[in-house]
Amino acid sequence: MSLKLVREPINKHLQKVPLGIIHVIPERCKECGFCIDLCPKDVLTVGEERNIKGYRWPKIADGKATECIACRMCEWICPEFAIFVVEVDRREHV
Amino acid sequence: MSQKQILKEKIVEESPRDDLIRRERFPHIWCPGCGLGTVLKCYVEAIAASNIPIDKHVIVSGIGCTGRIAGYVRLDSYHVTHGRPIAFAEGMKIVRPDLEVTVISGDGDLVTIGGNHFIHAVRRNVDINVFLVNNFIYGMTGNQMGSTTPLGAKSSTSPYGCPEFPFNLPLLAAALGAPFVARWTTLHVRQLADAMKRALQVKGFAFIEIISPCPVGFGSYNDLREGRDFIKLFLENCIVDHSADLNKVGITLRPGEPIILGNFVDREVPTYHELELEVFRKAGWLK
Amino acid sequence: MSGELKLLKPGIHFMMGNIACAEAALIAGCEFYAGYPITPSNEIAEHMSRRMPQLGRHFIQMEDEIASIVAVCGASAAGVKAMTATSGPGFSLMMETIGLSAMLELPCVIVDVQRAGPSTGIPTFVGQGDVMQARWGSHGDYELVVYSPSTVQEFFDLTIEAFNTSEWLRIPVIVLSDEVVGHMYGRLQVPEYDKIKIINRKRYSGPREEYLPYSSETLVPLFVAAGDGFRIHMTGLTHDERGYPSLEIEDSHKLVERLVMKVKKNAKNLWKYETLYLDDADVVVVTFGITARSTEEAVRRARNEGLKVGMIKLLTLWPFPEDPVKVASQYARRILVAEINMGQLIHPVREVAECPVAGINYPVGYVPPPEYILDGIRAAV
Repeated sequence: MSLKLVREPINKHLQKVPLGIIHVIPERCKECGFCIDLCPKDVLTVGEERNIKGYRWPKIADGKATECIACRMCEWICPEFAIFVVEVDRREHV
Repeated sequence: MSQKQILKEKIVEESPRDDLIRRERFPHIWCPGCGLGTVLKCYVEAIAASNIPIDKHVIVSGIGCTGRIAGYVRLDSYHVTHGRPIAFAEGMKIVRPDLEVTVISGDGDLVTIGGNHFIHAVRRNVDINVFLVNNFIYGMTGNQMGSTTPLGAKSSTSPYGCPEFPFNLPLLAAALGAPFVARWTTLHVRQLADAMKRALQVKGFAFIEIISPCPVGFGSYNDLREGRDFIKLFLENCIVDHSADLNKVGITLRPGEPIILGNFVDREVPTYHELELEVFRKAGWLK
Repeated sequence: MSGELKLLKPGIHFMMGNIACAEAALIAGCEFYAGYPITPSNEIAEHMSRRMPQLGRHFIQMEDEIASIVAVCGASAAGVKAMTATSGPGFSLMMETIGLSAMLELPCVIVDVQRAGPSTGIPTFVGQGDVMQARWGSHGDYELVVYSPSTVQEFFDLTIEAFNTSEWLRIPVIVLSDEVVGHMYGRLQVPEYDKIKIINRKRYSGPREEYLPYSSETLVPLFVAAGDGFRIHMTGLTHDERGYPSLEIEDSHKLVERLVMKVKKNAKNLWKYETLYLDDADVVVVTFGITARSTEEAVRRARNEGLKVGMIKLLTLWPFPEDPVKVASQYARRILVAEINMGQLIHPVREVAECPVAGINYPVGYVPPPEYILDGIRAAV
């Protein structure tokens, strides 16, 4: 199948890409790395601070804050209920 | 105010689903990288999305790492003896058919020691949900082999490699006549939650095998030392095929051999409760 | 009421012990029966399979005894009275779950129609070899109540009593019958229904946030059933008052002590026994079950011979009726314990007796004839 058949939608400028505000509960994190590995936009990385058990909870990587598309993969996969995403309107924040 | 400041991660103390988990007992006892927390998340999402009142949901579990899930979810929860949650759930459901009874327990608990109860509950088609978490090992007691440990896999009681064939659970459940049979991993969070939602609606024995990482246990014996190693394994080897030939969905965990996932069976089978009505009619209790 | 619900009519009946037990369970309000076939208890299951559906109640035959007693616990957790019936080999299988019932404080009734043991033994012949197992069969510290009938009437009465005790104290209660009492036909008087006392477990009805499933404020916590909206947690792990697993020493101490004290503190209220010719007895025979029938005849013959013999028929085996045995031992020279085993009930008797104790033991499988017991009495006099 020829790739030339794939067109750009004419209403692309009206499309809304979701934006997520990431919330973390540091004391619950066990540094398993799932959220970091599975974020499709590589928004998360290992944080610098440690919680009381010595685990480093995730933080947003430099310059990546606006790339979160609120897919919630981190929220779903986290075994600790330690991270969740609140979706906001991208146009109001970026 | 700089936009980037607004978009930092927010540090909070509560998560949206905290009303459905016993948050006073968190962090839970499961290891970093264990898939059980994800199973809990999917289950909690499924019951929130079900149109069954939360107070009518009951969870029954047995002994083992997975069994601890009953203590972390904020429902009527019963953590009973090893191998027996299915029989307990049957007794409960038969006298209170209005309750939505779900058994969540491990492979050792449900199909090794509990194998007999599993077989007969499927045969009877009692209206319960059974979510079996398969981590291929007896985690809590120190990683001994079980009936789902793959052939050749190492464990604390199979240091030379497991010399036994494991169960092919979807085949087993389907052959016994289960109306709903599915298998997902803890990586496939949305499909798993959807399968759970479907299972809650199914009339009869709804069975989901959930493949879950056990990095500290099974993983440390079989070169999958971190949760992310399991995620990588799932990403590389899982194939979704809802119409797979169940004779071929056994799991070997050998490199390159697929782990087949899907909602394999979804059919209507008369439930134990419907058949029991006939008994009541013949006995003269019902017209 | 009995006409409406199709229960036994008040009055005199003539029926088999096992059937009387089943009918008594129906009168007591048993709504769930799960069992597995085992001789000589099968008549109970068969009768229940016919009668329970007639009353809109549930009967199920499970795949083994373990599943049976576990399903009984599940039904009890859902708030209904539930029972199973078995014999020695099945009783052995149920031991772990009896511990679960004690730990979760789920009322249930288990009927053990004893047969000759050990192991498969003689399924169709009598035995009394489960006395100790009924009390101590499961691991860890817990107390329960064991009743022992010797007539069809007692099998009926004690089954109702078993449900009542189980609901009152939230414990597993065992009706320890035997093959002869189970299979014999006998006279049964069913009282008027307003004279039959039925006890139901006390339920909590206060504010949800204040409910503690295993509160140690009283010996027996108030019950809530699954689906009542309290979102409780019950676990076989040692737990605190909220029902959550605990490793704390105070929680272990409080819980285990309360499980034991529930019965110990109420022991005197639970002792049921009958005495015969005890006032001037030199020799007292302590016995239970079918052996009591033979013993009664033996004691009457002994009295006819001029021997000063008396007997205590225990209807409650556990908690062991210490006071009547101890008092008897203070006046008698000798206590004899007649049982169809190699000596089980003799142990708690010896613990409290202040005079020497000896056993009259008969080969397992057979009822000792009165002459045999009389010989034992003569030897002691």
